[in-house]
This record gives sequence, C-alpha cells and structure tokens, in this order.
Amino acid sequence: MDDLLSEFLTETFESIEVVDVELVELEKDPNNKSVLDNIFRLVHTIKGTCGFLGLPRLEAVAHSGENVLGKFRDGEMDVTPEAVTLILKALDRIKEILVGLEETQEEPQGDDSAIINDLNAMAEGKYTGQNEVEEPLAVVPEVEAPIEVTDERPTVPGEVTLDELEAAFLAAPGPEEEAVSETEVSQSENKLDNIGGAETIAVLSHLFHNRISSDLSLKNLLDNSDLRKSKKAVEEFFLSSLKQEQCDESIVEKSFSNFISNGITEEQIGKTAAQLSSVLEEMKISPLGAEFVVEIYRQSSVTMLGAVTKSLKPGNEVKKPEEAAKAGKAKETSIANQSIRVAVDVLDNLMNMVSELVLTRNQLMQISRRTGGDSEFSVPLQRLSQCTTELQEGVMKTRMQPIGNAWSKLPRIIRDLQLELGKKIELQMLGADTELDRQVLELIKDPLTHMIRNSADHGIETIEDRIAADKKETGTIRLNAFHEGGQIIIEISDDGAGLPVERLKAKALSNNLATAEEIDEMSDQQIQRFIFHAGFSTAQTVTSVSGRGVGMDVVRTNIEKIGGTIELKSTEGKGTTFSIKIPLTLAIVSALIVKSGDDRYAIPQISVLELVRASKESSHKIEYINSTPVLRLRDRLLPLLNLNKILGFEEEVDMEEKVDSEPSEIATSDDFIIITQVGDFTFGIVVDQVFDTEEIVVKPVAPILRDLSVFSGNTILGDGTVIMILDPNGIANEASEVMTDLADQRAEEEEDKTVSKTDDREAVLLFRAGGDTMRAVPLALVSRLEEIDVSKIEVSEGAKMVQYRGKLMPLVLINDQYDLKTEGRQSMLVFTDDDKAMGIIVDEITDIKEDHINVELNSKAIGQLGTAIIDDKATEVIDIAYYFEKTFNDWQLGGEHIPAETSSKRKSILLVDDSAFFLNLLKPLLTASGYKVTLATTASEALEMREQGLRFDLIVSDIDMPEMNGFEFAEEVRDVGPWQEIPMVALSANNSEARSKRGKEAGFDNYVEKLDRDTLIKAIEEQICEQETAA
Amino acid sequence: MNELNKNDFVTIWLDGQMCGIPVLQVHDVLSTQVITKIPQSPDWVAGVLNLRGQIVTAIDLRKRLELGEREDDEDNMNVVVEYENEPYSLIIDKVGDVLSLSEEFFERNPVTLEACWQGISSGIFRLENDLLVILDIEKLLSFEESKIAA
Repeated sequence: MDDLLSEFLTETFESIEVVDVELVELEKDPNNKSVLDNIFRLVHTIKGTCGFLGLPRLEAVAHSGENVLGKFRDGEMDVTPEAVTLILKALDRIKEILVGLEETQEEPQGDDSAIINDLNAMAEGKYTGQNEVEEPLAVVPEVEAPIEVTDERPTVPGEVTLDELEAAFLAAPGPEEEAVSETEVSQSENKLDNIGGAETIAVLSHLFHNRISSDLSLKNLLDNSDLRKSKKAVEEFFLSSLKQEQCDESIVEKSFSNFISNGITEEQIGKTAAQLSSVLEEMKISPLGAEFVVEIYRQSSVTMLGAVTKSLKPGNEVKKPEEAAKAGKAKETSIANQSIRVAVDVLDNLMNMVSELVLTRNQLMQISRRTGGDSEFSVPLQRLSQCTTELQEGVMKTRMQPIGNAWSKLPRIIRDLQLELGKKIELQMLGADTELDRQVLELIKDPLTHMIRNSADHGIETIEDRIAADKKETGTIRLNAFHEGGQIIIEISDDGAGLPVERLKAKALSNNLATAEEIDEMSDQQIQRFIFHAGFSTAQTVTSVSGRGVGMDVVRTNIEKIGGTIELKSTEGKGTTFSIKIPLTLAIVSALIVKSGDDRYAIPQISVLELVRASKESSHKIEYINSTPVLRLRDRLLPLLNLNKILGFEEEVDMEEKVDSEPSEIATSDDFIIITQVGDFTFGIVVDQVFDTEEIVVKPVAPILRDLSVFSGNTILGDGTVIMILDPNGIANEASEVMTDLADQRAEEEEDKTVSKTDDREAVLLFRAGGDTMRAVPLALVSRLEEIDVSKIEVSEGAKMVQYRGKLMPLVLINDQYDLKTEGRQSMLVFTDDDKAMGIIVDEITDIKEDHINVELNSKAIGQLGTAIIDDKATEVIDIAYYFEKTFNDWQLGGEHIPAETSSKRKSILLVDDSAFFLNLLKPLLTASGYKVTLATTASEALEMREQGLRFDLIVSDIDMPEMNGFEFAEEVRDVGPWQEIPMVALSANNSEARSKRGKEAGFDNYVEKLDRDTLIKAIEEQICEQETAA
Repeated sequence: MNELNKNDFVTIWLDGQMCGIPVLQVHDVLSTQVITKIPQSPDWVAGVLNLRGQIVTAIDLRKRLELGEREDDEDNMNVVVEYENEPYSLIIDKVGDVLSLSEEFFERNPVTLEACWQGISSGIFRLENDLLVILDIEKLLSFEESKIAA
C-alpha cells in the first residue's frame, strides 16, 4: 500500500476513535470548550488530509460533520443528543469508507447524500430527524462554514494570510463543483489547517517562546528582545511557511532576528527544535502536521546559522552553512527517533528472536554450571546473561501498550446502549494506563467489550427498576485495571441487579447441567459460575445486545486460552464484579519442572499456588477415601490428581501395587504435590519429583497434538531436551470429566479394584443410628452419602420416602430406637442395586476405617451380621441385604443364619460374580457363616488365581457374566488343572429347569437361586461336607 | 536440472519394504534421536525431538503404516520433512541411496494394495530387483483425514 495512504489510515482510525470518545464526553458536558475544540480539530484534520489525498467521499462527509461542529463551537447551536448521534453516524460512515479504503486502496462506491443532507440541515438548524430535508442548495452552508472560520480569526495578526485564505474561499467555484473545488482548496490550506489554523500557530509561537525563556540553556536567545514582537514574527514565519508548504527562506532572518543576534548555536537549534516538537505534542497536533512544522524550523535553522556565522565571521560563509545543514540533519534524526512507528510483525519477530536467545542463554548457563562454572567462560557468560535479560525486558517493553487502548471503544458502546436500552449508565475507567503485552491486549479486547455489553444489558436495571429498588437512576459500570504480583487484574463491576441465583438454578436444571440435588448442595457462587457454561444466558429476552447465550463461555475460553482466570462475585440486587487475572506476557514464562514417569514436564509457575511434600512421617500425608486420594491442608480437604494416572502411565504399575498393598500404602515414598487453582477449583497434582524452575519459551505443539488438552505447548530446556508444558486448566477439565460424567463408572471400577484384592482388609463406613452403638457397613456397598432436608421426606402408605434423582427412594430406619430429625438436614446412606435404591437413615456418619472385618459374635438380631472389632471398638455390622429384602418384596426374606460348621480350619470359598454389589453383599454373609472368602469379578480373574496356584474348598460362581459365562467357566475348571475336584455351586437370578440342567452338565455340583441366601448357605455346607467325607 | 530432480528419491527401508521420498522434500536425515514421549497422543506419534533448537514432531512410520514393531529400536533413523510449515521427523529403519529414476518406470498403485498403503503412496517405481513405493508426504501427514478414516 502507498506509504502515505497507510499512514493516513492509521492516523485517521486513531483520530476517529478519539473523536468517538470525546463526543460522548461532550454530550455529557456541552460547555466543555476544550473538548469541543479538540473534536473540531480532529475532524478538520481528517477532512484536510482526505482532500490532500484525493478522497472526495470521505472529505464530503467530514466536511459536513465539521460544519455542525463549527456551529457548536461558535455557540450557534446547542449540543443535543440528536446532533451528537448524527455526527457519530457520520463518523461511522467515515469508518466504513476507511475500511473499504484499507481493503481496496480506493474509496468504495456509495451514496452519502442522505447523511450529508442531514448534517447540513442540522447545521442550518432545520434538522428534523428524517432525511426529508432535501434542500436543492444543500451545499450552501458548506461555503458559509469556511467563511465563518475566517471570520473567527480577527485577533490573528498575519493579515496577508487571512486575505489570501478568504480569496481562496471566495474563488471556490459554485456548489455543483463543490467536491472537486474543495479538494483544491483544502490542498492549499492543508498544511495550515492540518495543524489547526492560524490560531493554533499563534498559540504555538507563544508556547514556544515560553519554553525557550524557561530553559536556562536557551534563555539567552531572547536577550534584549521584545517578546511580543518576537512571538509575532515567529508566528508569521510559520504561517507563511505552512501556506507555502515549505520553509519561507525570505523571512527567516527577520523572524528569528533575536535568535540570530544572540548567536544561536547548533546545539541550541537542536534544543529549540526539541522544545518545538514537545510543544506540538502538547497541543495534540497530528504527528503529520507536527513533523512538518519541525521540518520547516530545521530548514530555517540552516539560514539562521548561516546568518549567525555571517554576523560573527564574515567571509567564511560557504563552508559553515553546509556543516550546519549536516548538523541539522543529524539532530533531526535523533529527534525524529524519539518515537517511531514500527510494524507489529517486526516487533513480534524481535520478540521471537529474543525468546530464542533466552533459551540459548539458559542452555549455556546450564553447561557452565555442569562443567564446574569456573572456566574462563563464566565471566563473559555472566555478562551475556545480564544483557540478555535486559534485552528481553526491553523488547517486552516495546510490546507493552496501555490497556486503555482496548477500552477506547467502550464509552461509545455504552452511549449507544443507553439510548437503545433506555437506561442511564455511567462508565468509569480506572487504570487505563496499566500496560500489558500487545498480544494479550488483542486477545482480551473482545472479551472485555462483550462483558461491558453484558453488564449494561443484563446487569444494570432500567431506570424504573432502579428507582423501585431505591437506587440511583444512573447505573455505574466500573472498569479497573492494575498490576498485582506479575499479573494484570481487570475488574469489571456494576451496581446492577446481580445474578439471579434462582433463575440460574432453573436454567441449569433445564439445560441438564446438574441435578436438583447437586444444585441444592451448591453455594450461590458455584451456581453463579454456571454462566460460564455454553448456551447459558439469563436475559429473559434476546436483545440485539446480548442474550443469545453465546458469550460468557466464550469469554472464559478466551481468557483461559491466554493463561488467565476469571472469577465473579455477585450479590443479588447489589451488582456483579468480574475479576480477570491475566499474565503480563505470553512469550516467556517461568515454569516449574516436575517429573512423572520417566519424563519431565513443565507447569507454568503462575498456576502453582504452593508445593507440598507429603510422606508418611510428615504432617502432610495423602489419605484415601475409597482409593480417591485427598490431602489435608490447613483445615481443608484438597482433592488430588495423580499426574501419572492422568498421563496414563499408572495403569499397569498401579494395579500391581494395589494387588499386594493397600491404597494407603501406595504412597510410601515421598510425594510432591503441586497445589494449583483453576477458577474456584483448587486441587493438588501429585508428581514423582520436583526440580527447579526455569524460564521457558512456550512454543505451540504440532497441529496433530492440539487436541491434547492437558498440554498447552512444548519447549526446549536448557539441556536441550524437549519437554511438554502441562496446562492445569486442561488437567482440571480432564479431572472434572472423570469426577462428574464418569463418576459412576469410575466408582465401579474402583469398587472392582478394591474387591479384587486377595487381602481381606475392607473399608467400612462407621456410623451411629440410635444409641451409642457403633455400626458399620462395608464401604463398597454404599453408593452415596447424602444429606437431605427433612422437609423433603414424604410418607406414602406408611413408608417414608424421598424423591431422589427423579425417583422415589424408600427410607429405612435401622431400628426403632431413634427417629427422623424434626428439622434441618438428615444424613443417610444410599444403597443401590441395579435400578433400586434405598436410603438408610442414620444419626451421624463418624468415620471410614480400613480393617479386617472379623465378625466374632454371630448375631441373632435381625438386620445384623454380627459384631466385629473395628477400630478397637465393638461394632455391629449391618446386613444390608436384610434391609433390601425388607424394603423390596422381590428380595426374599431371609431367616436366621444357620451357623457354619465349626470345623477346626476355616474353609475358603472363591466367589465369582461380575456384580460388585453381590460380591460385597455375600462376602460378609459368608464370612459371618465362618468362611474365608476370596472374590473375583470375572471368570478369567478366577482362572488367573488358578494359575497362581491358589486353592479353595469351594467355588461359588454366577452364571451371567460378561466375557466368559458361568457354564464356560465351570467347563474350563472341570476340563483340566488343579481345580478339577473343587466343588462348584452356581448362582443365578434365573433359575429354570433347563438352566439348572445345563449347569450340572457344565460341572456345577449345585444350582442355587441368587437371592435365596439360606439355600445358598445350605448348599455350600452340603458341598463342603461332601468333600470332607470324600476326603 | 529441475526436470531431473523431480524423479530423485531418497530411499528408505521400512520392515523390509523399500520406499522413496522425493529428495526435495527431505530436509534432514538424522540418526537415532532422543525423543520425548507425549502421553495421550496417538500411538504413531513417537514424541518430539529437538532439532537445532526447533521442536520437531516425530512420527513412527511403522506404526503409521500398521507394520510390525521394530526389532531393534535403538537403531532407527529419522527423515525430517515439512508439511504445512511444521517440521515432522519420520522414524524409519534405515536410509538407502538417492535414486534418479526415469518416468518410464513409474506405475500407479495396484488397486489391490492395502488401503492404508493406498492412502499414502503416490505410485510405484519398478526397479531392477525391487519395487520402490513413493511416499506422498502430504497424504502421510494430513492427519485430519487419517483420523476420520481411522
């Protein structure tokens, strides 16, 4: 693209954004002259530059807009919302054209007559809000307007200039040729108008002189001079030069006579030029204009220095001016360099290279450390390291931009929303100069805008609602940005209605995000976090602004993508505050290096809250709830995730370990736990080892690996190895998927694991129900522990029940020594089998223990297996099967147990069943009857035990099992091997004649109905007796 | 020259089968490299390696082509190619010569060729004693499609 054009576009886009903001400001405070002047100048500049570049459409629109603004400025018209809207519309049109221009480098085709007519009508005070005003001579005011401008300059001395300008305007051809002529006119007035006209020059000259007289090293330039005269002379010089668009050499000596007579030096020229440009900057003259003014001054300096030389050393004129010119040029570059525009990709490239440099530096440092660090390289290496760090900081600084850049659009958005929604909203922006990396800035721009829209639309109530709620009519949205601990925090708060918890609950339910019970258990804050789920909008109606349900989830994803977090606090009726935490930069991060399995991984330091070392001896140790590891940390229970497991290393190792050791003993060696937080979810990641921290450069992973959510990228470490960078967000997601969606499945798997242990330690849940007696139930049997509101318990046909997960669940009391609580929440144990669920009401759940359940006293009491010593206390072991029977009629009522033969040696039974529930149900039953029970969940598992050389006195097997059914299993056992002679009892839910026969054929000695406990016990005893007699 | 280059191939060996990769697509040939495994990745992704400061994704061609396991895994070689500006290192058994082949020996894939080979081969050259299967890097590394196919 043409350099000039691209420069123009960048500049104009910037100006327009400023005008957007300023106009909103003006609307609030119509009497603010300085704001108005600023707007006027910016629009004027746009118009001027357009003319210069030959962009008639843009120019015409800008011109009409300027007319209206001119009326404002002259006080001929009041600043009304309609007028501002109209001008904003014009600005939008200008933006449209600019975008087209950017794409095609040509002005797009289009008809702007409607908006121009409106603007002109407005300028004439005839605007009615419609485009009806079709003045045949709509252009007339445009000719008037420039005249007004000239009228406005009576105080300006340079008479010649004014006359000439006036002449130019008068010479402008008729309205029909307006567009063309306007171009010409503005070309001639361009440079002057560009910087704001003669008035500006007068101010410029004034300030310039003030600066010089206040600068000690320049003060002498104004010695012995009439300040007022000097100001006027300098002003004249600039006016004339700007008009001619080049340095007016003829009047240099006259205008700067003071400088010359006081012997201005090269150094002073440089300094004055610097002062000049700082004045220009202060006056907010567009860079283009400012550059030009400085350039003119530079050119004049050659003549000035020449004159000085002439006055000091006449006769040496030829050489000196050249030198002066050289000096002037050199200085010019130094000043021009004070700020330069650099293309973003150059910076990005630079950043990449610095990143690489940092990596290489790290690598070198590591080598040096390894080789002893005392070589001759160590000193230069230290220097290199220092320089690299500084370079890195420097380059990072170049990419820093004030966050206000991302906010500049917001006032306009809020203004438009106010009109659209009929609300009154004030936008406060604090900390706009907080700087952050350009890349980060780009990425948060859209989320921020979206959130502001949300706040305005959903957050702030309508005026009526606010009044009704006893609030100020005007709602406030506050943006606050600040640094905190290497992060940027952006808070967006509103004093609106807050998030409606009840409506969120309903919505969460209808969207199936959670069940009613889960919601009951959630804190308000947890419920409010639902808005970050996809497809969640609380606005009852879809407005053009928001409410389509895409939004906060996208916001969250975007923020998390850049390693940030978003949190929210909301009080209904009071307002909502979102706080976003984002890292300062993305490119180089400090990371903790950890080990899992055989490889090392990096975890961004920013997501690490703390490190905990856990071992059996230390105060921190990993505990298990049904083999789910947790950690007690400062009175909180943190869920733990095992990195090995997440990365899929653990499977085989874990299983083996679990077979011969207890879960609590897996963590015998020291474990390192990285405590990290994702949103509100704090959890620990268990790793094998923790190394040091290292600065790493995040590199994206190859496209094929992008869908691995646990990694955010990879990097090369100092020693040259490539390592993967873990993404705590991804890990948490992975974990929560496991925790919620797959919870049941996992619970089952884990049950299986517990069950498959040959060791007969069992986890039991201890509780109290009526009296002080401790009661226990095998933990594996318990599906869930619940707390329900007593008020939700209903009575039907004399039985208590509760609605649970969409079904009715009967509630059972262990005995009649206690009753339900009358109010508050009631604890209960939920047991399920297939689709049946039953709740046992308890007074208190006390503990979970792992112990050998050795039922020592066989109980005659109904519903008890007997008494065992658990945790050094006599504990009644509950017979859940009894309660199931009692509750569900299809469970056959069992009578009293027939005590097992008290033979000297306890007989061992292998129990094979795919249903963990049954295994756990039967195990205590058989144990209570005096047998030693070993469990297997599949036939193949049982056969493996055969391979291992285990011996049993009896095998009890289910028939309907996956993979290998009971018949096949029996055939296999009978076919060959050491188990050929072991008696086998088949268990089946389906007890038909044919199946019984098939069972006998396969090799079972007896066939028993599954639910008939007495028959089973009898059958077992029979078989054992038979075997004994046989032996 | 250009004409000639078109039919220059680096020959590689995979489970006894000779294959060819157009010489212009080969950036590097490396001996056995230290490879960082990536958990959870597809099994034909061997991992990532550091090639002069650049991170390269290593693809185990044997697994990609559903061939048997390499007997001596210590002794493999890497051929680095580029696909969509991303470097990939193909892990193969060994590298042979560079062959310049004339167009007249070229044949299209026999229709009976296994699907997974069909998908990655652009054709076959008849050599005197051997058949040279030309690997099409584009097809080989366009994982999106292979994922769907898989």
